Amino acid sequence: MFSHDRKRRSPGTAIAAVALGAALALTGCSAGNGGGGGEGGGDGDGGNLAITFLPKNLGNPYFDTSNAGGEEAIEEFGGTFAEVGPSEASPTSQVSFIQTAAQQGVGGLVVSANDPEAICDALNEARDAGVKVVTFDSDTNPECRDLFINQATAEGIAKSQVDLIAEQIGGAGQIAILSASANATNQNAWIELMEEELAANHPDIELVETVYGDDDDQTSFDKTAALLQTYPELKGIISPTTVGIAAAARYLSTSEYKGQVALTGLGTPNQMREYVEDGTVTAFALWNPADLGYLAAYAAKALIEGEITGEEGDSFDAGKLGEYEVGADGVVLLGDPFVFDAENIGDFDF
Amino acid sequence: MTATATDARATRTYAAHAQPAWRRILFTRETAVIALLAIVIAVALATVPNFDSPLTVTYLLRDVAPILLIALPMTLIIVTEEIDLSVASVVGLSSVMTGILTQSGLPFPVAAILAVLVGTVAGVVNGFLITVVGLPSLAVTIGTLALFRGIAVGLLGTTAITEFPEFWSDLAKDNIPGTPVPGIMIPFVVLAIAFAILLHFTPFGRSLYAIGLNKEAAAFSGIDVGRTKFLLFVLSGTVSGFAGVYFTLLYSNARGDNATGMELAIIAAVLLGGVSIFGGRGALHGVIAGVLLIGILGSALRLAGVTSDIINVITGVLLVLSVVSASLLAWLRRKRTSAIGKKKGRSAMSADSP
Repeated sequence: MFSHDRKRRSPGTAIAAVALGAALALTGCSAGNGGGGGEGGGDGDGGNLAITFLPKNLGNPYFDTSNAGGEEAIEEFGGTFAEVGPSEASPTSQVSFIQTAAQQGVGGLVVSANDPEAICDALNEARDAGVKVVTFDSDTNPECRDLFINQATAEGIAKSQVDLIAEQIGGAGQIAILSASANATNQNAWIELMEEELAANHPDIELVETVYGDDDDQTSFDKTAALLQTYPELKGIISPTTVGIAAAARYLSTSEYKGQVALTGLGTPNQMREYVEDGTVTAFALWNPADLGYLAAYAAKALIEGEITGEEGDSFDAGKLGEYEVGADGVVLLGDPFVFDAENIGDFDF
Repeated sequence: MTATATDARATRTYAAHAQPAWRRILFTRETAVIALLAIVIAVALATVPNFDSPLTVTYLLRDVAPILLIALPMTLIIVTEEIDLSVASVVGLSSVMTGILTQSGLPFPVAAILAVLVGTVAGVVNGFLITVVGLPSLAVTIGTLALFRGIAVGLLGTTAITEFPEFWSDLAKDNIPGTPVPGIMIPFVVLAIAFAILLHFTPFGRSLYAIGLNKEAAAFSGIDVGRTKFLLFVLSGTVSGFAGVYFTLLYSNARGDNATGMELAIIAAVLLGGVSIFGGRGALHGVIAGVLLIGILGSALRLAGVTSDIINVITGVLLVLSVVSASLLAWLRRKRTSAIGKKKGRSAMSADSP
């Protein structure tokens, strides 16, 4: 009964094996030449300046910009830059990349955490293996990393977005928030502070709902459409994520709500340029992600070279950005958020 | 004329096997997958820097452990020409139950056992709908995939429970003392041996192949098809529940969306390991090699600095090739057999004619 199956030979599978082996050999070789191994990056007194950037996910323009900033810094001080990451921003998907970095024996790992807890153990294992861990953009629990590069204080970000939306809708009416994933550390902290800020200083503004677009363009687009359907009185949307605000702007710009419903949040100038020019969006905020990556790379270098340990009060040099000091809980603050509008958006290209 | 032909056929003797023993052992899908696995490991060891570190073994086995575990019952289910798409959702549900019950103050072992039982109940629900109500497993488990995931996300909302007793989370992560092999491999090996005996050396296991090849024939030969399948889905739910507890401890993280999409990784590995999606064919050693092959390939490519998209492409191509090669070979063999048959027929005819 099974005989026809039993004699199944597999030259096809063998061919696949050879092709695959070849592919592996080729990539292996190229990685070896490219210095992915992490050896040889160190100079006399320094140590291993191979630094790997691990964003929340790849293909996100925000992280493309921050990683480019990191690469610029690493080139300045003569280290080796590498960029790895999962294709989707799920909590546990970063673990295997952290493990890989530990196996490779890189000097420093610069991470934007998808989840404050899920990658904690993996980061600590990497630190035990001698990797210096710097988080940027989205932090983990403080005991899982050496330093956190904070793009702006949460209060500053929350306040600037609430002020922007209040100004745009005339200080009264219904607003909604379109966030990233429901567990995103930074977004949740900002939303909480926005709620406090609204309650304290803008009693006439009602936050009707917070929806989650999971930092996915289509999901964010659909959630925007759903929000506008559910709340016909909605006057404004805050989207504290670059993917969300661009998707929401794309929906608004082609809908009847264009110019009627205000949109602000955190976006990048290149993504938002056309919507600012066509009047869908008046103003939005952000820091410069390139500076953030740049600072994170210099912080990793300072840790690797033993210049700082991540203690409060430590200070280090960050190239063109100047001197930075480590605050409480190993946090380094980049600066205040920046507001982009039709006047100044032309000056930026990221 | 006809009478002589019948007589000739009746006196013909048949070999016990169509192929000599060495060919039957060497030229199987399982052997091909194991050989491929060996090639990938050898190439990775030779060309990928740091692949030979003990950390690789630890990380790799730890990460593929949930897939390895669930692949065991999944093999049995696919052998009977059924499928269970809800396994990853059961992992999520069991993870959430572990978290909620631990948080509510139950001792961890009790919470873990209850979470495994939740997996069992999920398996009973699947099994009931498939065998008693008589719905196709594909439809039922697509439904329960959404249902169990929905319950899991609904129970915890958007929060995560991250506090677990250190003793247990260390136990999930620690290696077997003196080796780079994580401790989870002990329950896995025990389960793997149990499933291998069940599938390959018991009447129950052999009946699964019979069901997979022909349900009606199996039923007529005295196999209780419904009960057998019911048990398989309960097994699948239970093992998924256990994998959920392990997943929770491994990442110290109970979330509704844990292990999202894992069912596809599991089914892919099972099929790669030589189990036929049409049922009736497959062996556990091939499946284990299939899971390890996908895991090791991913690990080696990541170490070599290949991006995750390219890794997905390579894994996808590998799967398609493995399915295509099997079908292509079956087609070629049919062509060849029918050609030989014609030739034999003709020579027999010419011998008969005076």
